[in-house]
Amino acid sequence: MPKRSFILIITLFIAAQAHAFCGFYVAKGDTKIFNRASQVVIVRDQDRTVMTMANDFQGSARDFAVVIPVPTKIERGQIHVAEKALIDHLDAYSSPRLVEYFDPDPCTPVPPPAPMRNAVSEAITVTGSAPAMRAKSLGVTIEAKYTVGEYDILILSAKQSSGLETWLTENGYKLPNGAAYVLGSYIRQNMHFFVAKVNLGEQARLGFNYLRPLQVAYESPKFMLPIRLGTVNANGAQELFVYAITTRGSVETTNYKTVKLPSDVDVPLFVRNDFSPFYKALFTEQVKREDMSAVFLEYAWNMSWCDPCASEPLSQDELRKLGVFWLEAGSNVFLTRLHVRYDREHFPEDLVFQETGDERQFQARYVLHHPAKTGQCEAAIAYRRELHQRQEREAENVAELTGWNVEEMRRKMHLDTASVTPAEKKWWEKIW
Amino acid sequence: MKRFDPRLYQIGALTVLLLYGIFVLHFDVTLFRAVLLVGTAIATQALCSRIRNVAFDPRSAAISGLSLSLLLRSESIALLLAAAVIAVGSKFSVRIKNKHIFNPTNGAIVAMMLMSHRVWVSPGQWGNIAFFGFLITCIGGLVVNRAARSDVTYAFIIFWSALVIGRSLYVGEPLTIPFHRLESGALLLFTFFMISDPKTTPDSRAGRILFAALVAFGGWYINYRLFRTNGILWSLAGAAILVPIIDALLPAARYRWRAETVSAAPQPHQLATAA
Repeated sequence: MPKRSFILIITLFIAAQAHAFCGFYVAKGDTKIFNRASQVVIVRDQDRTVMTMANDFQGSARDFAVVIPVPTKIERGQIHVAEKALIDHLDAYSSPRLVEYFDPDPCTPVPPPAPMRNAVSEAITVTGSAPAMRAKSLGVTIEAKYTVGEYDILILSAKQSSGLETWLTENGYKLPNGAAYVLGSYIRQNMHFFVAKVNLGEQARLGFNYLRPLQVAYESPKFMLPIRLGTVNANGAQELFVYAITTRGSVETTNYKTVKLPSDVDVPLFVRNDFSPFYKALFTEQVKREDMSAVFLEYAWNMSWCDPCASEPLSQDELRKLGVFWLEAGSNVFLTRLHVRYDREHFPEDLVFQETGDERQFQARYVLHHPAKTGQCEAAIAYRRELHQRQEREAENVAELTGWNVEEMRRKMHLDTASVTPAEKKWWEKIW
Repeated sequence: MKRFDPRLYQIGALTVLLLYGIFVLHFDVTLFRAVLLVGTAIATQALCSRIRNVAFDPRSAAISGLSLSLLLRSESIALLLAAAVIAVGSKFSVRIKNKHIFNPTNGAIVAMMLMSHRVWVSPGQWGNIAFFGFLITCIGGLVVNRAARSDVTYAFIIFWSALVIGRSLYVGEPLTIPFHRLESGALLLFTFFMISDPKTTPDSRAGRILFAALVAFGGWYINYRLFRTNGILWSLAGAAILVPIIDALLPAARYRWRAETVSAAPQPHQLATAA
């Protein structure tokens, strides 16, 4: 085997295409809005939890409103608005990655390593508030009404889902069919709700042309993520990325299987330009293999470092803004990135998590090897033979991972001939 | 004709499940670790038998080692091996009226989880594949029938299902939710291989049914009122402490493995054999 020197790391990010919160959209008017994906950061130690929910909602901000269930009663001050850059950075840091190696020339071996890293953007948080109260009606109590950043927040407590449904409808929110049923079961479980909608005036004043993530802090033994509301008005399967930040080790689901994605696999060079479609196909294929009933681990790492770094680890300031409240105590900050594609049929119940003591690092990592330009030395012949075998394996790997046709892969790799690599001589042929 | 020892069925069934878990479901345990765990459990049994001057029988220890390999997870081999030692050692040391209190595997898991954050149980590792549920049920059913303590298993299934389904009906959840919870491989393993342990369940049938009800309610309370994981494991350990009281209130003949000889188990009661 020729030695390969590590020269350059490329990181191509799978844009976590987020379109929605884990709650459901309540569209005002008749605009059809589908929620497709979401990104949620759950920062948790003991029972203290800070949840940050991001989306890349594409419709008009006027139509945006979301109902978010929370396990405990919340007060104003527990809801906050974060910078989207925080989640973008977390996404970049933990994304599935492609790494690249260059084979040394077998005739004249060369050594130099030099990793390339990405820059990091800083984040700022802006909040504001404007209190308002309303009378009780329909068993729905508006605990608080105020403005945080560009959002108008209503903290509700309800005794009956029918009351809540009526109240939301009367106030111009359009509920998807079946939402009241789910809301009802959450009310029975003592869940509480808040409604967030965009305050267009505030949004214009603050100058944001996108919706920033909402944050909520609460203390509850429930380590879970309500996904049932999200499946109510979903058109097909949805994507969800959960970034769990804890102190001890990786996080897994207790009511669904958590599966590590295939990692450290050699793939052909064309994946460099097609990493997005490659990873999407890979993920789809793995979802299919698990009968769409599993949650996938994409990354698990102590946030003090990374190797290779898809992006620098988050700064202390960024972590604090995400809600990591134990930094002063000097405890670990361990990140677990879970990715799940779900629908109502395969994921009937909300995701329930547990933190394990598992500190092993894991990353979804795929490897490219650039062949060397070889001379005509003796070693080059052996190298070319091995290279051909390796490329054949890479074609098979990518076909196996993605479900793509292996012949198609070979064509893309120009692995057309056996002539490039004469078959290895049999041992007896070498004698005479 | 002498009947086959139920523990051999259990060893076979657990081995099949473990191999399936390692090679098909990709459990977070290696064959090497499993062998080490079983070996440690058997070695502990040999040592304790020698100290107590009783005949050495590796079967129960093998079951404990296999069950720990199926359930307990840790990065640290030392912690896993400690669990194996505790499992087997507790049979010899934690006894009331010549009966050990904790199911060895359950006692060891709970003790380790209390002592260290570096061990855990992954109830989700089995997934919810119906075929697998079916398979494990069949194999497990065989074991409990042979062990003549199927009443506790069936009672537990009934109580647990009633609580889980009842809660969902109360809070207005669709039935797909409780069924999804009941389809769990971890639950089936617990029901057919752990709570059914004839050595640590009450001696009388009425006592066993009461015991099953206590375990089910405790587990349900931990999972769905306290919102902690692995409720049934904690609950079984808690209920095990009550078994001497249940036995005092509802006395009956003590269970003995068919293969046990008088010298190996010098117990006053005579056997309730495999039916």
